[in-house]
Amino acid sequence: MAVDALPDPSLRITPRRLGRNLLRSNPIIAVAVICLAAIVLMAIFAPLLSPHDPQLLAPAQRLKPASAEYPLGTDAFGRDVLSRIIYGGRISLLIGLGSAVFSVAIGLLIGLVSGFFKWVDAVMMRIMDGLMAIPGILLAIAVVSLSGASLTTVLIAITIPEVPRVARLVRSVVLSAREEPYVEAAISVGSSLPKIMWRHLVPNTIAPLIVQGTYVCASAILVEAILSFLGCGISPEIPTWGNIMAEGRAFFQIKPSLIFWPGLLLSIAILSVNLIGDAARDALDPRMKQREARP
Amino acid sequence: MLGYLIRRILAAIPVMGVVALFVFLLLRLTPGDPAAILAGDNATPEQLDRIRTSLGLNEPLYTQFITWIGKLLHGDFGVSLISNVPVITMIGNRIEPTISIALSTIILTVIVAVPLGVVAAWKHGTWVDRFVMALSVIGFSVPVFVIGYVLIQVFAIDLRWLPVQGYRSFARGFGPFFERIALPTLALSFIYIALIARMTRAAMLDVLDEDYIRTARAKGIAEHGVLLRHALRNAAVPVITVIGTGFALLISGVVVTETVFNLPGIGRLTVDAVLARDYPVIQAMILLTSGIYVAVNLLIDLSYTLLDPRIRY
Repeated sequence: MAVDALPDPSLRITPRRLGRNLLRSNPIIAVAVICLAAIVLMAIFAPLLSPHDPQLLAPAQRLKPASAEYPLGTDAFGRDVLSRIIYGGRISLLIGLGSAVFSVAIGLLIGLVSGFFKWVDAVMMRIMDGLMAIPGILLAIAVVSLSGASLTTVLIAITIPEVPRVARLVRSVVLSAREEPYVEAAISVGSSLPKIMWRHLVPNTIAPLIVQGTYVCASAILVEAILSFLGCGISPEIPTWGNIMAEGRAFFQIKPSLIFWPGLLLSIAILSVNLIGDAARDALDPRMKQREARP
Repeated sequence: MLGYLIRRILAAIPVMGVVALFVFLLLRLTPGDPAAILAGDNATPEQLDRIRTSLGLNEPLYTQFITWIGKLLHGDFGVSLISNVPVITMIGNRIEPTISIALSTIILTVIVAVPLGVVAAWKHGTWVDRFVMALSVIGFSVPVFVIGYVLIQVFAIDLRWLPVQGYRSFARGFGPFFERIALPTLALSFIYIALIARMTRAAMLDVLDEDYIRTARAKGIAEHGVLLRHALRNAAVPVITVIGTGFALLISGVVVTETVFNLPGIGRLTVDAVLARDYPVIQAMILLTSGIYVAVNLLIDLSYTLLDPRIRY
């Protein structure tokens, strides 16, 4: 027999209720959702939308200004900037989503186990403390520099620094939830451990994890762009917003649009995800409104 | 207090131990021969040999670790694989620009962010509050290099008020020094101001609800006295805590800012080391920045007793 983990059905988070709360809490959120949806659609339909092949080199067309054929001009290799920006969204969103999913999954596992077993906790939390002490960017560039810059390694490099935050969050939720009567009841009737975790503890972590996941997504998009910008990211011929800006660095005084256009899209994407995260936090747990520390 | 101090310092040792272990294993556990990874594709057998000897890669793993830790504890961070200069010397030569912009950023941030947060909390719910919050969300979201280039475009290229890039040592006069760190500081401060203003506001909102604030107002204390003496002092602990945890953010930001503004600091040194796969420099930088992070947060923990006499260890 299972004890229901969510006592009051009126408090259950349904997608519709979540959406309504989101919109009511903040009308700006509608703008953020539309912006993000537009960027997602742009990335999905990149082959249809972009006027040129983003990797096609045309040495005769180097650094051309905006024209009818090249709406945003061309870069130092004669590639169409607009097409590269459109394709660049793919990598950013892929990394953002992938990093959010993986860091939440790994952090959830570590957090659940640490919250339940004291001896694992002591070891795990020291490891998490250590990882948190390393500045995320340095950790990521060190990983990438050693294992070579592919999409997978960049994803791993960006996910590792995010895991400790998720793990700590899940652990704190588990530590307070396991004192609850329904968890004690489940233990006393002899529910198996996986069942207790899955049915009684995991549901408590969903709301904070949705919020944390969006923040991880925003931060991962940012870190990927920084890695590419520094020249430590995905290989430069692949169009990413960071790569376009990295190439634009040398030509900034001649053609600043190489930095500003991808920078604008990058900023809008991160801003939208952050705003959605803030709104999700307010809608899912009004008590969290006060606690806004988010280093 | 002394007992607490000793316990806190002891607690920092395993954290640094984990950092060291991570840095150590990162190179050794990466698939492939570490020496070949570091030397690149066109390495000669002699070069590979030199790297193996220099990093002690021919020894068993635990011997390597013990020797390595032993050297670290004696302040020996190894020698650059590229220039053969001791890493500590390289860092020492390039630390001035980094310390300059990091310090000026912290100063600017505290001067700007704390008043913004106080005013936002005081005028809670008004347009001032909403403006500060909007600013802080934007500060979180616009990457530091985008802000940096916007600043260069406006203040250096369009208005011609400040030089575009580069660095001039403090020793060669304050004017040229200040001109060159002004824009990097401004760019780097953005996200930090967003973070601290947000935290100050949240902490102030918590405190302003307290009974003693109402009492202070009822006694007829002037509003600025209530805000600064009664509210801000009590809100200081969480704000200072975030300045400490935000330090990691600052270090990451420094790396990017130095690239945008061509500052010859240790951030740029790290990026160059990564591009050249100069692993001794990379590992020294990770150890150094993590050590600073741990030390800053330790100091902040200890400062609580000064800020709030109710906290006793």
